[in-house]
Amino acid sequence: MVQKSFADINAKIKAGKAVVLTAEEVIPLVEEKGPEKVAEEVDVVTTGTFGPMCSTGAFLNFGHADPPIRMSKIWLNDVPVYGGLAAVDGYIGATELSETRGMAYGGAHVIEDLIKGKPVLLRASSYGTDCYPNRSIETYITKDSLNQAYLFNPRNAYQNYAAAVNSGDRTLYTYMGTLLPRFGNVTYSSAGELSPLLNDPYLRSIGVGTRIFLGGAQGYVAWEGTQHNPSVPRGDNGVPLGAAGTLALIGDLKKMDTDFIRAARFHNYGTTMFVGVGIPIPILDAEMARFVGIKNEDIYTSIFDYSVPKRSRPSFGQVSYAQLRQGSVQINGREVPTAPLSSLKKAREIAALLKEWIQRGEFLLQEPAAPLPREQKQKPLEIRTEGVVVR
Amino acid sequence: MSKRRVVLTFPPSLVELPITYRLVKDFDLKINIMRAHISPKEEGKLVLEVEDGSAEQVEAGLRFLEDQGIRVKRLSKEIKWDQESCVHCGACTAVCLSQALYMNPEWELDFDPNKCIVCELCVQACPLQILEATF
Repeated sequence: MVQKSFADINAKIKAGKAVVLTAEEVIPLVEEKGPEKVAEEVDVVTTGTFGPMCSTGAFLNFGHADPPIRMSKIWLNDVPVYGGLAAVDGYIGATELSETRGMAYGGAHVIEDLIKGKPVLLRASSYGTDCYPNRSIETYITKDSLNQAYLFNPRNAYQNYAAAVNSGDRTLYTYMGTLLPRFGNVTYSSAGELSPLLNDPYLRSIGVGTRIFLGGAQGYVAWEGTQHNPSVPRGDNGVPLGAAGTLALIGDLKKMDTDFIRAARFHNYGTTMFVGVGIPIPILDAEMARFVGIKNEDIYTSIFDYSVPKRSRPSFGQVSYAQLRQGSVQINGREVPTAPLSSLKKAREIAALLKEWIQRGEFLLQEPAAPLPREQKQKPLEIRTEGVVVR
Repeated sequence: MSKRRVVLTFPPSLVELPITYRLVKDFDLKINIMRAHISPKEEGKLVLEVEDGSAEQVEAGLRFLEDQGIRVKRLSKEIKWDQESCVHCGACTAVCLSQALYMNPEWELDFDPNKCIVCELCVQACPLQILEATF
């Protein structure tokens, strides 16, 4: 029985002797040799995903002007920034829309422009205080003029996600893309067998402090993601059959690269951000080797009808990612074309780049400081007419 | 050699008319049917690629169709995008009913101009706003 610790694996990485494979490369090896043998031979498996992730944003510290201002209303390129923090701290969210350009430009685009090093127009106003007398400023900033600029994404890297279809009579514009009427198409958004959390379905190796690839730089898992929902139905292989675990991620915007993080706009929906995430999975033992052997035909999701405007949408049954990747699926006896929303090409690039970093000894694994919740239900929001204490 | 794509829309009364035969026989045009949709008692739609030795012959052929009561829409646009910027997400392929935009075996976005009917749904569906219909 093979047992390896994070320290054992890091020692091999430092010695340049670690065996690193991507989550695609390891699949035939697990099939051929079995998990026990793979656990002996392989040390790290790299994963990757590059999909639209709305819960993305950045904390920024602008520095103090003279005379100083306690910024209470802030805009970057006319996109509102949250300023209800200390004087010159702000948070810009990816889905916040420009007040002048509408859906064509939003917080995600500001973040992309900052990463590219472009100058961004900063406007701020204030009520003025004795300690911060200035009431209004207008200037240009770049990422280099900021003291801190780091992404803090409350929910990224969803472990599996629903596929979407539209049974209605009109075209729907959603965060799952344009859904054509009368079962015109199915869209899905997961890197499947390459996806980080599908390769460690119970989050045995991923927790607070895990070092990751985020937007082209090294970042960290900060916390459980919002709506982290591990207590969902799972297949025999332990893989969730729908949206389950999520991660809150943190990383330095100044070191990121727009090859791996990009602003997006879904027509008539709004803005969001393509975020590139890669997580190294340590092959601690045979169980971890079995987990990373997961392939698209073993990963299932449900197709939901987005024409029903309810919290719980009706499902048209389960399909595997192997079926979705084939280009069409059967729904109620008809053949419906499928299309991805997350880039498999980019996911592969991320897994390959992370592999390279580890092989070169530039990226060491970080054992979690604390695990993420393994049992937890997602609560709905009930609309009430008066306050009730609910536990 | 001129090549052009046209969309023909014709009422139920003209569905029986052998238009491709007439275009070939009377106007000496080379015709490639790219998309055809005819439902009984409804209107028919035909996307043709027309090729010949002279532009006059094509114009004469198309005028003949218009005289018959067929609506002729010339497709002179093309879909283009900034290849460097594309992230190959696939969102545009979701709305491309003619499958001109598709993911190749390497999961890169690819385009088959011969299948494109320039409906331009992809232009608004592109999350990066980098697809363009150009003349």
